[in-house]
Amino acid sequence: MRSVLVRVVEGVRWYVRELTGESTYDRYVAHVRAHDPDARVPSRREFERLRTDRQDADPRQGFRCC
Amino acid sequence: MRTANAQNSPRTSRASARTVIVWTIVALVGAAGWAVLALARGEEVSAAWMVAAALGSYAIGYRFYAKFIQYKVLKADRTRATPAERLDNGIDFQPTDRRVLLGHHFAAIAGAGPLVGPVLAAQMGYLPGTIWIVAGVIFAGAVQDMVVLFFSTRRDGRSLGQMAREEIGPVGGAAALLAAFAIMIILLGVLSLVVVNALAESPWGTFSIAMTIPIALFMGFYLRVLRPGRVTEVSLIGVALLLFALVSGRWVAESSWADAFTLAPSTLVIWLVAYGFVASILPVWMLLAPRDYLSTFMKIGTIGLLALGVVFTLPTLRMPAVTDFATRGDGPVFSGALFPFVFITIACGALSGFHALISSGTTPKMIQKETQVRLIGYGSMLMESSVAVMALIAASVIDPGLYFAMNAPAGVIGDTVQSASQVVTGWGYSISPDALAEAARQVEEASLLSRTGGAPTLAVGVSEIFAQVTGDGMRAFWYHFAIMFEALFILTALDAGTRVGRFMLQDTLGNVYRPFRNISWKPGLVITSGIVCGLWGYFLWVGVHEPLGGINQLFPVFGISNQLLAAVALTVSTTLLVKSGRLKWAWITGVPLAWDVTVTLTASWQKVFSGDPRVGFFKQRQVYQDAIDRGEVIAPAKTMDDMRTVVTNSTVDGVLTAVLALLIVIVLADAIRVCVRHVRRPSLSTLSEAPYVESKLVAPDGLFPTQEEKEAERDAVRAGQSG
Repeated sequence: MRSVLVRVVEGVRWYVRELTGESTYDRYVAHVRAHDPDARVPSRREFERLRTDRQDADPRQGFRCC
Repeated sequence: MRTANAQNSPRTSRASARTVIVWTIVALVGAAGWAVLALARGEEVSAAWMVAAALGSYAIGYRFYAKFIQYKVLKADRTRATPAERLDNGIDFQPTDRRVLLGHHFAAIAGAGPLVGPVLAAQMGYLPGTIWIVAGVIFAGAVQDMVVLFFSTRRDGRSLGQMAREEIGPVGGAAALLAAFAIMIILLGVLSLVVVNALAESPWGTFSIAMTIPIALFMGFYLRVLRPGRVTEVSLIGVALLLFALVSGRWVAESSWADAFTLAPSTLVIWLVAYGFVASILPVWMLLAPRDYLSTFMKIGTIGLLALGVVFTLPTLRMPAVTDFATRGDGPVFSGALFPFVFITIACGALSGFHALISSGTTPKMIQKETQVRLIGYGSMLMESSVAVMALIAASVIDPGLYFAMNAPAGVIGDTVQSASQVVTGWGYSISPDALAEAARQVEEASLLSRTGGAPTLAVGVSEIFAQVTGDGMRAFWYHFAIMFEALFILTALDAGTRVGRFMLQDTLGNVYRPFRNISWKPGLVITSGIVCGLWGYFLWVGVHEPLGGINQLFPVFGISNQLLAAVALTVSTTLLVKSGRLKWAWITGVPLAWDVTVTLTASWQKVFSGDPRVGFFKQRQVYQDAIDRGEVIAPAKTMDDMRTVVTNSTVDGVLTAVLALLIVIVLADAIRVCVRHVRRPSLSTLSEAPYVESKLVAPDGLFPTQEEKEAERDAVRAGQSG
C-alpha cells in the first residue's frame, strides 16, 4: 500500500519537474557527460541564464498561442 | 505499423471482441448526446448531454480517424529517428517523454482564444457552436495540428514560414509571412481589447492584475539570482501571492484606494500599450519567463477545476439551442448570419491557424517518435476543443437576458439597467432591470452592461458553476478569479506576441538597413518594439472608441485573419501531401482547406462588399459619410466626431480585410501552381525532407503503452544494462 503511494508521489514529482523544465539541467549534464565524462559543464546558474537568454535571441522559442 | 500488422495474433483478435463492445458503447453515448441536443426543443437541456456528445465524438475521432491518418496517410515510421534524437543537444533538441510533451504542447496552444470565441458565438444558441467546435476539431483543427507537426518533424523542426518558402516558393512564402505579421497585430489588438473591457471601471480586477507585475518581477529575481532553475517552488510561491492579490482586490475595491484603480477604458489603453512596450524590451528572465510559469500553472489548474465543476454540477443550459439571430444575421454581439460567421467567430477550439506556429516550432524538436504525432498534435487539440466546449457551456448556463445585456454594445442597449432590460426583452429574452442590477451586485461590479469581449461573460458563467459547489458567498471571488486568469494569459500573450512581431520586423528591416538584423542592437530593438506596440495599440484604441462597439467591429476581422492563417497551414500541408507522393490522400487536409477557404473568403467578401451596413464595412462607411454630408448624426453615434470615427474605422477595417483575403489567394494560387506542376512533371519538384536515420530509441506511440510496447521497453532497458 505504502509503496503505491510512494510511486504516485514520485511520479507526480517527476512529471512536474519535467513539465516545468526543472530537470533540464540534470538532463543537459547527463547529455554532455555521456559524450565526454570529463567535459566541463556549466554550473546550474550559468546554464539557467544561458537558457533564458536564448529566448531573448529568438522569441519564437517557447511562444504561446492565443 | 509494420510490426503491428505482423503481430495480428489470436490474442489481439480476442481483444478486438471486447474492443468492439467498448467502442460501440462510446459511439452510443456520443450519439445519445447529439440526439438530445438536436431534438430538445422548448425545454432546458442538461450540459451533461453536451459533454457526452463532445467526449464521445472526440474518442471516436482519436481512435479511428487520427489513427488512420497517422499510419495509413502519413505512414509515420517508428524506426525513423526524429530531430530530437538525431540533433539532441540537451537544450532545445531533446527527446521528451510523450506525456510531458503533451502537457507542454497543450499549454502552448491553449490560451484565451478558446475561451472567447465560443462565448461570443453563443449569441446564435449553443447548438451551432457545439457542432462546429466538435466537427471542426475532428476533421480540420486537430488534423492540421497533427499533419503540420508531422511534416515539421520530418524537416528538423522547420517553421511554417520556412516550409511555405521551401515547398511552395518565394512569392507564396513572402505572402504567408506578411499575413502572419498582420494576423499577429490584429490578434494582439483584439486580445488587449478583451482585457480592457474586462478591467474597465473594475478596481478589484485592475488591482489584482496590476499586482501580477511585481509578483512576476519577484519570481524573475528569485530564479535569476536566488535559486536558479527552481521553477516549481517559485511558481507555488507565485500562485499563493496571486491568490492573495485576488483576495486583497476586494479590500482595495472597498477602501479609499478604489478610485486609483477605477480606470476608464481610454486610460487602460495607455497603460496596456506602455506595459506591452516596456515588457517586450526587458530581458525575458525579468517578466516574460516568470509570467509564463504563473500563467501555465493557473491555466492547467483552472481548466482542470472547470472540467470538474462542469462534470460535478452538470448545469442546465438556459440559452436556446438556436436563436433567431442565427438566421436573421442581426445579432448584437457580431453581425452576419450563421454561415459564415459562426465559423470564423470560433477559431481556437475548432480550427486555429496559430497552432501551426507551435506545431512547427518547439514541439517537433522534442518529439521522441513520429508515431506520437497523433497523441501530441491531435490529442492536444482535442483537449483544447474541450476547453472551448466548457466555455460554451459557461456562456449558456447564464440567463440569456443577462448574456445579451452583457454582450451588446452600449450604443444598442443604452447605459441604464432600465433601457437595457427594455431592449433585451424586446429581443425576446426577458430580464428585469432589478435582475440586471442584482447580477452585477452579486459579483461586486458596478455594472455588467455592455461588458463585451467574452471574458466577463465567461467569468459570470464560471462563477455560476463554481458557486453551485462553494455557495453563493464565493460568487464574486470566482468571478474575479476567472477575470484574472484570462487577463493573465492575455498579458503574457501581449509580451510574447510583441516580441515575435518585432523579430519578424527586425528580420525584414534588416534587408533595408543592416544593423536591424542584429537583434540585440538597442536602437533597433526600441524602434521595432515601438512600431509593433503602436500598431496593435492603434487597433486597441480604435476598438475602445468605436461607437458601433469595438468587439462587434473588430472580432470578425480577427476571426478572418486567424482562419486565413489556418488556410496557409492547410495549404502547406496539402502541398506537402501531394509532393510527398500522397496525392490520393490529399483530401485529408484538402477538404478542410476547401471548407476553411470557402468560409473565410465568404466572410471577407461579405465584410467588404455586403450591402447591409451592419455587415459590409464599405457600405457602412458610405451610410455614415452620406449622413455627414447631409449634416446628420445617426445612432449609435452621438456627435459628428463619432460619425467621422465610424467612417475612418470602417475604411481601415474594410481595406485590411480585403488585403488579408488577397494575401491568402496569392498563397493558395502559388500552392496550386506547385501541386499541378508536381502532378504533371514530378521530376521538377524538390522535397526538402531530412534523410532517413534509424532510430535507437524505444518509446510507446500512444498515451498508454500496449503490451508489445511494454515488452520492447523492458528489452531495451535490459539491453542497455548488459551493453
